Amino acid sequence: MTAETDLRARGLADRRRRLLAAWADAPGLWGFLTTVDHKRLAARYIVTTMAMLFAAGMLGVDMRLQLAAPDMHRMGPQGYDESFSLHGSTMLFLVSVPVMEAMAMWLVPLMLGQRNMAFPRLNAFSYWMYLEGVLMLWIPHALGFTPDLGWFEYPPLSGPAYAPGHRADVWAQMITFTEVAALCVSVNVVVTIFTMRPPGMTLGRMPLFLWGMLVASFMTVFGLPAVMVVTSMLIADREVATHFFSPSGGGDVLLFQHLYWFFGHPEVYIIFVPGVAFVSSIVETFSRRVVFGYVPMVVAVLAIGVLAFGLWVHHMFAVGLPKMGADFYTAASMAIALPIGVQIFCWIATMFRGRLQLKTPMLWVIGFIVTFVIGGMTGVMTASAPLDLQLTDTYFVVAHLHYVLVGGAIFPLLGAFTYWYPKATGRMMSEVWGRISWALVVVGFNLTFFPMHLLGLMGMPRRIYTYPAEMGWGPLNLLSTVSALITVVGAGIFVLNALLSYWRGRLAGANPWGGSTLEWATPSPPPPYNFDYIPTVDSVAPLWTRDELHALEGLSLDSREVLVTTLVDAKPDNRQKSPKPSLWPLLTALAVGVMFVGSIFSPWPIVWGSVPVAATIVGWFWPTRPRAQRGPLRART
Amino acid sequence: MSEETPAFRVVGDVSALPDYAFGPRSILWWGNSAFMMIEGTAFVLAAAAYLYIRGKGGHWPPPGVRPPDLLWGGLFTAGLLLSELPNRWLQAKTRQFDLASVRFGVLVMTLAGLALAGVRAVELSHINVRWGVDAYASCIWLLMVLHTTHVVTDLGDTAVLCLWMFTHQPGPSQFSDVNDNCSYWTFVVVTWIPIGFLIYLGPRLL
Repeated sequence: MTAETDLRARGLADRRRRLLAAWADAPGLWGFLTTVDHKRLAARYIVTTMAMLFAAGMLGVDMRLQLAAPDMHRMGPQGYDESFSLHGSTMLFLVSVPVMEAMAMWLVPLMLGQRNMAFPRLNAFSYWMYLEGVLMLWIPHALGFTPDLGWFEYPPLSGPAYAPGHRADVWAQMITFTEVAALCVSVNVVVTIFTMRPPGMTLGRMPLFLWGMLVASFMTVFGLPAVMVVTSMLIADREVATHFFSPSGGGDVLLFQHLYWFFGHPEVYIIFVPGVAFVSSIVETFSRRVVFGYVPMVVAVLAIGVLAFGLWVHHMFAVGLPKMGADFYTAASMAIALPIGVQIFCWIATMFRGRLQLKTPMLWVIGFIVTFVIGGMTGVMTASAPLDLQLTDTYFVVAHLHYVLVGGAIFPLLGAFTYWYPKATGRMMSEVWGRISWALVVVGFNLTFFPMHLLGLMGMPRRIYTYPAEMGWGPLNLLSTVSALITVVGAGIFVLNALLSYWRGRLAGANPWGGSTLEWATPSPPPPYNFDYIPTVDSVAPLWTRDELHALEGLSLDSREVLVTTLVDAKPDNRQKSPKPSLWPLLTALAVGVMFVGSIFSPWPIVWGSVPVAATIVGWFWPTRPRAQRGPLRART
Repeated sequence: MSEETPAFRVVGDVSALPDYAFGPRSILWWGNSAFMMIEGTAFVLAAAAYLYIRGKGGHWPPPGVRPPDLLWGGLFTAGLLLSELPNRWLQAKTRQFDLASVRFGVLVMTLAGLALAGVRAVELSHINVRWGVDAYASCIWLLMVLHTTHVVTDLGDTAVLCLWMFTHQPGPSQFSDVNDNCSYWTFVVVTWIPIGFLIYLGPRLL
């Protein structure tokens, strides 16, 4: 080793020691409760969503067992109602949206070469709010009052006249918790991408992953307020006797559906677009070339973001719409197939023109393309108002929505999990067991849900707890149930593979797949400060264009500081402090939780509950600066 | 495939860059704007709900119910619009780091917010209908509660900033915080124009 390299190594070691001192969390429980490290918070989010996925998945299996044969009575109608309500609500609100937010929270700063997100404490607040949402739904379930009106609780069934007690309130307020949590992460993602891109990463050099997360976050910002508004209106109808949804008081039950689906349809894309983002990253890496058609891909994801807000009425074809309205929403629903088609063709072209490596993450992408195309086709079918009138509320819709959500989002998620697992843990998952779990899940899933299309066409309605033998639905239901068990075995192998690989997996190194984006330029797992220097980029695939990355120095090594760059050109503009760990986000979430839970029983907790909320927010944002030396309230010594 | 991280070659230094910024160059400004987008969307949806129910036909307001009184609503609207003058002035002063003026400005805005919250409290007793009477009343109260929440929230924020500015030595970031708070107050003012129209003129004109 020459004197110069020795000096450089010692300089780097000193830099790392100082950065670690500035960015590491306190040890033990205090560090756990106060951390604002995006990686720790996101990992916590992901583990919690996986626990919820397991719980809701088991509910699904329970329902499949119930429907395996005709005239089964192991579960009564109330138990079945509760099962599908808890399954759907958990999967949509406590798994699909938060897990995508969590993936963004984990990956966005790393892909930007940054040390944290724009608002680290908001991430912590978001996680605690989400956890309270989980408890809001599952503690009442343990206590015996489970929501039982499905994952969209339409009035008048959910109104005060037909749903006494607090089951509907529990559902509505669970949504408030989880939507606040999702909005916090989405704001964070938008602001982080807008203001903290590495120098050189112009909008035209942003990885497609970041475009996807940016669009999904904007959709959350504009879509989620609708569900918060509508569930608040429902709670008001139930608690303080407003009349938004009561026809006898001049209200309208369809208003609920309009507002709900104004959120609900974009929600599908809020879940799907991050899936698209994962797919672009995986296809690029395993095709060994940048994704074909960068500009069409970006335009397509932007188009999906806009069009998704013009489709909500196709969930309401059966309510009796004017013909012109139905025609418009049919056309709009079919139009969104175009940008999605563009993306699928671009991925296929990338694979075709690249050097394809069929590693496990790539297999999940192939599973996604096949399954999602089938789901998309049935989507085009149900987008047609006359056909939808026949298919709505049948098992055809159950098949369609699972093809879209599981095929379109969960398969890419499992691929993403496998792809970034080595970065998060420093170890590889087993390829052999990965392939086995992939095969079992993809085949099991298709054999579970494809027969449901046929059952729907045979007239089997959704949400029935049993059916008579003479309907002839028994054999296909049995096939579906057996296949669901195959899927569970595959999922179990996936989980075991992840757990065992955490201790026994092969060491991964920094860039085991040969990825092109910046998260692969830091050790696996990344240190608390993520990067030694602030990288700069000059292409959309920086690790493929340079062996030696260019970087900037000059950010503080002894305090938390981040670099802010300009919106379009990503030129270095200013340095800003990044908040330290704090207990205030947890305290604020607890105060908000008390207010939200209390508001189920009386409107007054919204009034008195706002006092601790305000106090904790003041504590959170109170700047620590010296006391004033001038003025009437100066420090007097 | 690589075991090691790629080497970094330092090509520049950012230590000379400023450690604060105003407006779109500041992280907090974007956060503030994003939350305004979220709340603005909620306002739009609440207004859409009002117009949807109004569009179903029937009486608006129902027979025997007077529309909200214009006097207190008018007073609130005039006061709110006038409050933009000191608000704009204060926002300009934050960029000059003029501590005395900023202290004076946040004090004025706190007092203006208190006065407007007081007028709003009286206004609520002049809506002339309880929220539970029918859907008309529910819509009016929905809009009113949404906007009042924003008035009170920003009043709280301004009051805390006021206390802090008088008791501490602000750095550039705190001047930027006051600047962002001024933007939020402008949001409260601007959103009131359509919302106030729906509450006060909607029952008379729509």
